[in-house]
Amino acid sequence: MPEIEVVEDIMSVNDRLAAQIQGQMDAAGVLGLNVMASPGGGKTSITRRTIEALKDEVRVGYMDGDVVEIDAQHIARLGVPTTLINTGGDCHLDANKVNLALPRMDLSAIDLLVVENVGNLICPAAWRIGAHLNVVIASVPEGSDKPYKYPAMFRGAHVLILNKIDLLPYIDFDLDYFRHGIEVLNPGLEFFPVSAKTGEGFDAWLDWLRAQVAVKKAAVSA
Amino acid sequence: MHEMGITQNLLNIALDHAQRADAVRINSLTIVVGELSSIVDDSVQFYWDFVSQGTIAEKAQLKFKRIPATMRCAGCGQTAPLDRQTYTCPVCGGSSLTVASGDEFFLESIDVDLADSSPVPGSKETSHARD
Ligand SMILES: [Zn+2]
Repeated sequence: MPEIEVVEDIMSVNDRLAAQIQGQMDAAGVLGLNVMASPGGGKTSITRRTIEALKDEVRVGYMDGDVVEIDAQHIARLGVPTTLINTGGDCHLDANKVNLALPRMDLSAIDLLVVENVGNLICPAAWRIGAHLNVVIASVPEGSDKPYKYPAMFRGAHVLILNKIDLLPYIDFDLDYFRHGIEVLNPGLEFFPVSAKTGEGFDAWLDWLRAQVAVKKAAVSA
Repeated sequence: MHEMGITQNLLNIALDHAQRADAVRINSLTIVVGELSSIVDDSVQFYWDFVSQGTIAEKAQLKFKRIPATMRCAGCGQTAPLDRQTYTCPVCGGSSLTVASGDEFFLESIDVDLADSSPVPGSKETSHARD
Protein backbone atom coordinates (compact mmCIF):
# COMPACT_ATOMS: atom_id res chain seq x y z
CA MET A 1 0.00 0.00 0.00
CA PRO A 2 2.21 2.82 -1.19
CA GLU A 3 1.80 6.23 0.26
CA ILE A 4 1.71 8.96 -2.37
CA GLU A 5 2.79 12.40 -1.29
CA VAL A 6 0.29 15.03 -2.42
CA VAL A 7 0.74 18.26 -0.42
CA GLU A 8 -1.91 20.18 -2.29
CA ASP A 9 -4.05 22.91 -0.82
CA ILE A 10 -7.59 21.58 -0.56
CA MET A 11 -8.98 24.90 -1.76
CA SER A 12 -6.69 24.91 -4.82
CA VAL A 13 -9.40 24.23 -7.42
CA ASN A 14 -11.54 27.06 -6.09
CA ASP A 15 -8.51 29.32 -5.72
CA ARG A 16 -7.45 28.82 -9.34
CA LEU A 17 -10.88 29.83 -10.59
CA ALA A 18 -10.86 32.79 -8.20
CA ALA A 19 -7.54 33.91 -9.68
CA GLN A 20 -9.08 33.75 -13.17
CA ILE A 21 -12.01 35.89 -12.09
CA GLN A 22 -9.63 38.38 -10.55
CA GLY A 23 -7.71 38.46 -13.82
CA GLN A 24 -10.88 39.40 -15.70
CA MET A 25 -11.53 42.23 -13.25
CA ASP A 26 -7.92 43.40 -13.48
CA ALA A 27 -8.13 43.51 -17.25
CA ALA A 28 -11.25 45.64 -17.02
CA GLY A 29 -9.78 47.89 -14.33
CA VAL A 30 -12.48 46.85 -11.88
CA LEU A 31 -11.88 46.64 -8.15
CA GLY A 32 -13.76 43.73 -6.53
CA LEU A 33 -14.98 43.70 -2.95
CA ASN A 34 -16.11 40.57 -1.10
CA VAL A 35 -18.28 41.86 1.74
CA MET A 36 -18.68 39.45 4.64
CA ALA A 37 -20.41 39.70 8.02
CA SER A 38 -22.57 37.85 10.49
CA PRO A 39 -26.30 38.08 9.91
CA GLY A 40 -27.42 41.40 11.33
CA GLY A 41 -23.93 42.87 11.32
CA GLY A 42 -25.02 45.61 8.96
CA LYS A 43 -23.67 44.22 5.72
CA THR A 44 -26.49 45.59 3.63
CA SER A 45 -26.78 48.96 5.33
CA ILE A 46 -23.05 49.57 4.93
CA THR A 47 -23.12 48.40 1.35
CA ARG A 48 -26.09 50.61 0.58
CA ARG A 49 -24.62 53.68 2.24
CA THR A 50 -21.31 53.11 0.46
CA ILE A 51 -22.92 52.75 -2.95
CA GLU A 52 -25.16 55.76 -2.35
CA ALA A 53 -22.17 57.91 -1.47
CA LEU A 54 -20.03 56.79 -4.41
CA LYS A 55 -22.44 56.16 -7.27
CA ASP A 56 -22.18 59.60 -8.83
CA GLU A 57 -18.39 59.45 -9.11
CA VAL A 58 -17.66 55.73 -9.33
CA ARG A 59 -19.48 53.26 -11.61
CA VAL A 60 -20.58 50.57 -9.18
CA GLY A 61 -21.94 47.08 -9.84
CA TYR A 62 -23.53 44.96 -7.16
CA MET A 63 -23.79 41.19 -6.84
CA ASP A 64 -25.95 39.77 -4.12
CA GLY A 65 -25.20 36.35 -2.71
CA ASP A 66 -27.54 36.73 0.18
CA VAL A 67 -30.60 34.57 0.55
CA VAL A 68 -32.92 37.56 0.81
CA GLU A 69 -33.70 39.17 -2.52
CA ILE A 70 -34.86 42.35 -0.83
CA ASP A 71 -31.28 43.58 -0.54
CA ALA A 72 -30.75 43.50 -4.28
CA GLN A 73 -34.00 45.36 -4.89
CA HIS A 74 -32.95 48.13 -2.53
CA ILE A 75 -29.62 48.51 -4.31
CA ALA A 76 -31.23 48.32 -7.76
CA ARG A 77 -33.35 51.29 -6.80
CA LEU A 78 -30.12 53.30 -6.51
CA GLY A 79 -29.74 52.88 -10.25
CA VAL A 80 -26.68 50.62 -10.25
CA PRO A 81 -26.47 47.34 -12.16
CA THR A 82 -27.25 44.44 -9.84
CA THR A 83 -27.37 40.70 -10.23
CA LEU A 84 -28.31 37.86 -7.94
CA ILE A 85 -25.97 34.97 -7.35
CA ASN A 86 -27.72 31.68 -6.92
CA THR A 87 -26.33 30.40 -3.63
CA GLY A 88 -28.26 27.15 -3.85
CA GLY A 89 -28.96 27.50 -0.15
CA ASP A 90 -25.24 27.32 0.65
CA CYS A 91 -23.67 29.11 3.57
CA HIS A 92 -21.05 30.86 1.45
CA LEU A 93 -20.19 32.00 -2.05
CA ASP A 94 -17.45 30.29 -3.95
CA ALA A 95 -15.55 31.12 -7.13
CA ASN A 96 -17.78 28.89 -9.21
CA LYS A 97 -20.99 30.63 -8.20
CA VAL A 98 -19.50 34.06 -8.84
CA ASN A 99 -18.12 32.86 -12.16
CA LEU A 100 -21.60 31.77 -13.25
CA ALA A 101 -23.05 35.17 -12.33
CA LEU A 102 -20.21 37.16 -13.90
CA PRO A 103 -21.49 37.14 -17.52
CA ARG A 104 -24.54 39.05 -16.29
CA MET A 105 -22.35 41.93 -15.11
CA ASP A 106 -20.78 44.16 -17.77
CA LEU A 107 -17.31 44.70 -16.36
CA SER A 108 -16.54 47.37 -18.95
CA ALA A 109 -19.38 49.48 -17.55
CA ILE A 110 -18.20 49.51 -13.92
CA ASP A 111 -15.18 50.49 -11.81
CA LEU A 112 -16.16 48.81 -8.57
CA LEU A 113 -17.88 45.45 -8.08
CA VAL A 114 -19.39 44.93 -4.65
CA VAL A 115 -20.19 41.29 -3.93
CA GLU A 116 -22.30 40.76 -0.86
CA ASN A 117 -21.53 37.34 0.58
CA VAL A 118 -23.87 35.15 2.61
CA GLY A 119 -24.29 36.32 6.21
CA ASN A 120 -21.91 34.04 8.06
CA LEU A 121 -18.52 34.55 9.71
CA ILE A 122 -17.18 31.03 9.35
CA CYS A 123 -17.73 29.48 5.95
CA PRO A 124 -17.03 32.36 3.54
CA ALA A 125 -13.54 32.73 5.06
CA ALA A 126 -12.36 29.57 3.33
CA TRP A 127 -13.61 30.38 -0.15
CA ARG A 128 -11.99 32.95 -2.40
CA ILE A 129 -14.33 34.43 -4.98
CA GLY A 130 -11.91 36.49 -7.05
CA ALA A 131 -12.42 39.79 -5.26
CA HIS A 132 -9.35 41.93 -4.55
CA LEU A 133 -10.41 42.94 -1.09
CA ASN A 134 -12.12 40.90 1.60
CA VAL A 135 -14.16 43.38 3.58
CA VAL A 136 -15.20 41.98 6.94
CA ILE A 137 -17.88 43.77 8.91
CA ALA A 138 -18.15 43.26 12.64
CA SER A 139 -20.55 45.18 14.83
CA VAL A 140 -20.44 46.44 18.38
CA PRO A 141 -23.41 44.37 19.69
CA GLU A 142 -21.69 41.18 18.53
CA GLY A 143 -19.05 41.68 21.20
CA SER A 144 -15.34 42.42 21.31
CA ASP A 145 -14.31 38.76 21.31
CA LYS A 146 -15.15 38.19 17.62
CA PRO A 147 -11.46 38.09 16.53
CA TYR A 148 -10.84 35.44 19.18
CA LYS A 149 -13.83 33.30 18.20
CA TYR A 150 -13.50 33.51 14.41
CA PRO A 151 -9.77 33.87 13.71
CA ALA A 152 -9.93 32.60 10.11
CA MET A 153 -12.26 35.38 8.99
CA PHE A 154 -9.95 38.05 10.43
CA ARG A 155 -6.79 36.35 9.15
CA GLY A 156 -8.11 36.57 5.60
CA ALA A 157 -9.52 40.09 5.76
CA HIS A 158 -8.03 43.07 3.93
CA VAL A 159 -10.36 45.60 5.46
CA LEU A 160 -12.27 45.52 8.71
CA ILE A 161 -15.26 47.71 9.33
CA LEU A 162 -16.59 47.92 12.87
CA ASN A 163 -20.20 48.96 12.56
CA LYS A 164 -22.67 50.43 15.05
CA ILE A 165 -20.09 52.46 16.98
CA ASP A 166 -22.97 54.76 17.96
CA LEU A 167 -23.81 52.00 20.47
CA LEU A 168 -20.39 52.06 22.17
CA PRO A 169 -21.60 54.17 25.14
CA TYR A 170 -24.38 51.69 25.88
CA ILE A 171 -22.73 48.34 25.32
CA ASP A 172 -19.90 46.65 27.15
CA PHE A 173 -17.48 46.49 24.23
CA ASP A 174 -13.73 46.45 24.93
CA LEU A 175 -12.29 48.26 21.93
CA ASP A 176 -8.70 47.67 23.05
CA TYR A 177 -9.29 43.94 23.37
CA PHE A 178 -10.92 43.89 19.94
CA ARG A 179 -8.09 45.85 18.34
CA HIS A 180 -5.46 43.68 20.01
CA GLY A 181 -7.17 40.61 18.55
CA ILE A 182 -7.05 41.91 15.00
CA GLU A 183 -3.52 43.26 15.41
CA VAL A 184 -2.25 39.77 16.34
CA LEU A 185 -4.22 37.96 13.64
CA ASN A 186 -3.65 40.44 10.87
CA PRO A 187 -1.04 43.13 11.54
CA GLY A 188 -1.68 46.39 9.72
CA LEU A 189 -5.24 45.46 8.71
CA GLU A 190 -7.16 48.51 7.45
CA PHE A 191 -9.63 49.32 10.18
CA PHE A 192 -12.63 51.64 9.95
CA PRO A 193 -14.96 52.12 12.92
CA VAL A 194 -18.25 53.44 11.54
CA SER A 195 -21.93 53.83 12.18
CA ALA A 196 -24.14 53.06 9.22
CA LYS A 197 -26.91 54.76 11.16
CA THR A 198 -25.31 58.14 11.83
CA GLY A 199 -22.70 58.08 9.08
CA GLU A 200 -19.89 58.56 11.58
CA GLY A 201 -16.56 57.27 10.30
CA PHE A 202 -17.78 56.84 6.72
CA ASP A 203 -15.64 59.60 5.26
CA ALA A 204 -12.43 57.78 6.13
CA TRP A 205 -13.72 54.51 4.67
CA LEU A 206 -15.01 56.16 1.50
CA ASP A 207 -11.81 58.13 0.94
CA TRP A 208 -9.77 54.98 1.30
CA LEU A 209 -12.05 53.05 -1.05
CA ARG A 210 -11.99 55.83 -3.67
CA ALA A 211 -8.22 55.69 -3.62
CA GLN A 212 -8.24 51.90 -4.14
CA VAL A 213 -10.61 52.21 -7.08
CA ALA A 214 -8.41 54.89 -8.62
CA VAL A 215 -5.30 52.73 -8.27
CA LYS A 216 -7.02 49.78 -9.96
CA LYS A 217 -8.28 51.94 -12.78
CA ALA A 218 -4.90 53.59 -13.30
CA ALA A 219 -3.23 50.18 -13.53
CA VAL A 220 -5.23 49.24 -16.63
CA SER A 221 -4.77 52.52 -18.49
CA ALA A 222 -1.03 52.57 -17.77
CA MET B 1 -22.41 23.60 6.02
CA HIS B 2 -19.37 24.28 3.89
CA GLU B 3 -17.98 20.82 4.44
CA MET B 4 -19.81 19.42 1.43
CA GLY B 5 -17.95 21.58 -1.07
CA ILE B 6 -14.67 21.06 0.70
CA THR B 7 -15.15 17.31 0.65
CA GLN B 8 -15.79 17.45 -3.08
CA ASN B 9 -12.53 19.37 -3.60
CA LEU B 10 -10.71 16.86 -1.46
CA LEU B 11 -12.05 13.99 -3.56
CA ASN B 12 -11.06 15.65 -6.83
CA ILE B 13 -7.50 16.24 -5.67
CA ALA B 14 -7.14 12.71 -4.31
CA LEU B 15 -8.54 11.11 -7.48
CA ASP B 16 -6.28 13.27 -9.65
CA HIS B 17 -3.15 12.20 -7.81
CA ALA B 18 -4.26 8.57 -7.64
CA GLN B 19 -4.84 8.52 -11.38
CA ARG B 20 -1.43 9.94 -12.11
CA ALA B 21 0.10 7.17 -10.01
CA ASP B 22 -2.01 4.48 -11.73
CA ALA B 23 -3.67 3.58 -8.45
CA VAL B 24 -6.71 1.35 -8.50
CA ARG B 25 -7.86 2.12 -4.98
CA ILE B 26 -7.43 4.84 -2.35
CA ASN B 27 -7.34 3.41 1.14
CA SER B 28 -6.85 6.54 3.19
CA LEU B 29 -6.14 10.25 3.01
CA THR B 30 -4.02 12.25 5.43
CA ILE B 31 -5.31 15.78 5.79
CA VAL B 32 -3.45 18.50 7.66
CA VAL B 33 -5.75 20.95 9.43
CA GLY B 34 -4.58 23.98 11.37
CA GLU B 35 -6.47 25.02 14.48
CA LEU B 36 -7.24 28.45 13.02
CA SER B 37 -8.48 27.27 9.67
CA SER B 38 -12.12 27.15 10.79
CA ILE B 39 -12.70 24.11 8.70
CA VAL B 40 -13.40 20.45 9.13
CA ASP B 41 -15.11 18.58 11.83
CA ASP B 42 -16.37 15.06 12.09
CA SER B 43 -19.09 15.71 9.55
CA VAL B 44 -16.46 15.56 6.81
CA GLN B 45 -16.26 11.77 7.03
CA PHE B 46 -20.03 11.69 6.62
CA TYR B 47 -19.91 13.83 3.48
CA TRP B 48 -16.90 11.91 2.30
CA ASP B 49 -18.74 8.60 2.42
CA PHE B 50 -21.44 10.23 0.31
CA VAL B 51 -19.34 11.98 -2.34
CA SER B 52 -16.82 9.17 -2.75
CA GLN B 53 -19.46 6.56 -3.58
CA GLY B 54 -18.73 4.75 -6.81
CA THR B 55 -15.15 6.06 -7.04
CA ILE B 56 -11.88 4.30 -6.25
CA ALA B 57 -11.87 6.29 -3.02
CA GLU B 58 -15.12 4.82 -1.73
CA LYS B 59 -14.86 3.89 1.95
CA ALA B 60 -11.40 5.43 2.23
CA GLN B 61 -10.50 6.52 5.72
CA LEU B 62 -9.87 10.20 6.46
CA LYS B 63 -6.99 10.80 8.86
CA PHE B 64 -6.68 14.28 10.28
CA LYS B 65 -3.40 15.73 11.46
CA ARG B 66 -4.33 18.69 13.62
CA ILE B 67 -1.80 21.50 13.82
CA PRO B 68 -2.13 23.66 16.93
CA ALA B 69 -2.14 27.44 16.66
CA THR B 70 1.20 28.83 17.81
CA MET B 71 2.60 32.31 18.13
CA ARG B 72 5.96 34.02 18.06
CA CYS B 73 6.51 36.70 20.67
CA ALA B 74 8.36 39.86 19.66
CA GLY B 75 9.14 40.52 23.35
CA CYS B 76 10.90 37.35 24.39
CA GLY B 77 11.45 35.69 21.03
CA GLN B 78 9.72 32.48 22.09
CA THR B 79 7.42 30.34 20.00
CA ALA B 80 4.60 28.88 22.06
CA PRO B 81 0.96 27.80 21.86
CA LEU B 82 -1.39 30.67 21.11
CA ASP B 83 -3.59 31.56 24.07
CA ARG B 84 -6.93 31.76 22.28
CA GLN B 85 -8.58 33.83 25.02
CA THR B 86 -6.08 36.67 25.26
CA TYR B 87 -3.59 36.43 22.37
CA THR B 88 -0.82 37.25 24.84
CA CYS B 89 2.49 35.44 25.25
CA PRO B 90 2.27 32.56 27.76
CA VAL B 91 6.00 32.89 28.46
CA CYS B 92 6.51 36.59 29.19
CA GLY B 93 2.98 37.99 29.09
CA GLY B 94 3.86 40.24 26.17
CA SER B 95 1.18 41.24 23.71
CA SER B 96 3.24 41.84 20.59
CA LEU B 97 2.79 38.53 18.79
CA THR B 98 2.47 37.08 15.34
CA VAL B 99 0.76 33.83 14.46
CA ALA B 100 3.34 31.16 13.61
CA SER B 101 1.09 28.23 12.69
CA GLY B 102 -2.52 27.17 12.58
CA ASP B 103 -3.72 28.19 9.10
CA GLU B 104 -2.78 24.90 7.40
CA PHE B 105 -5.31 23.11 5.29
CA PHE B 106 -3.97 20.67 2.74
CA LEU B 107 -4.02 17.07 1.59
CA GLU B 108 -0.68 15.67 2.67
CA SER B 109 -0.77 12.18 1.20
CA ILE B 110 -2.93 9.33 0.05
CA ASP B 111 -2.45 5.65 0.70
CA VAL B 112 -3.26 3.64 -2.42
CA ASP B 113 -3.19 0.24 -4.09
CA LEU B 114 -1.41 0.27 -7.43
CA ALA B 115 -2.61 -1.43 -10.57
CA ASP B 116 0.41 -3.64 -10.59
CA SER B 117 0.20 -5.01 -7.08
CA SER B 118 3.38 -7.12 -7.25
CA PRO B 119 5.08 -6.47 -3.93
CA VAL B 120 8.05 -4.15 -3.92
CA PRO B 121 11.16 -6.15 -3.01
CA GLY B 122 12.13 -5.76 0.60
CA SER B 123 8.85 -4.27 1.75
CA LYS B 124 5.79 -6.02 3.04
CA GLU B 125 2.54 -4.41 2.10
CA THR B 126 1.37 -4.47 5.70
CA SER B 127 4.48 -2.68 6.93
CA HIS B 128 2.98 0.77 6.51
CA ALA B 129 3.24 2.43 9.88
CA ARG B 130 0.15 3.79 11.58
CA ASP B 131 0.56 6.70 13.90
ZN1 LIG C 1 6.97 36.49 25.18
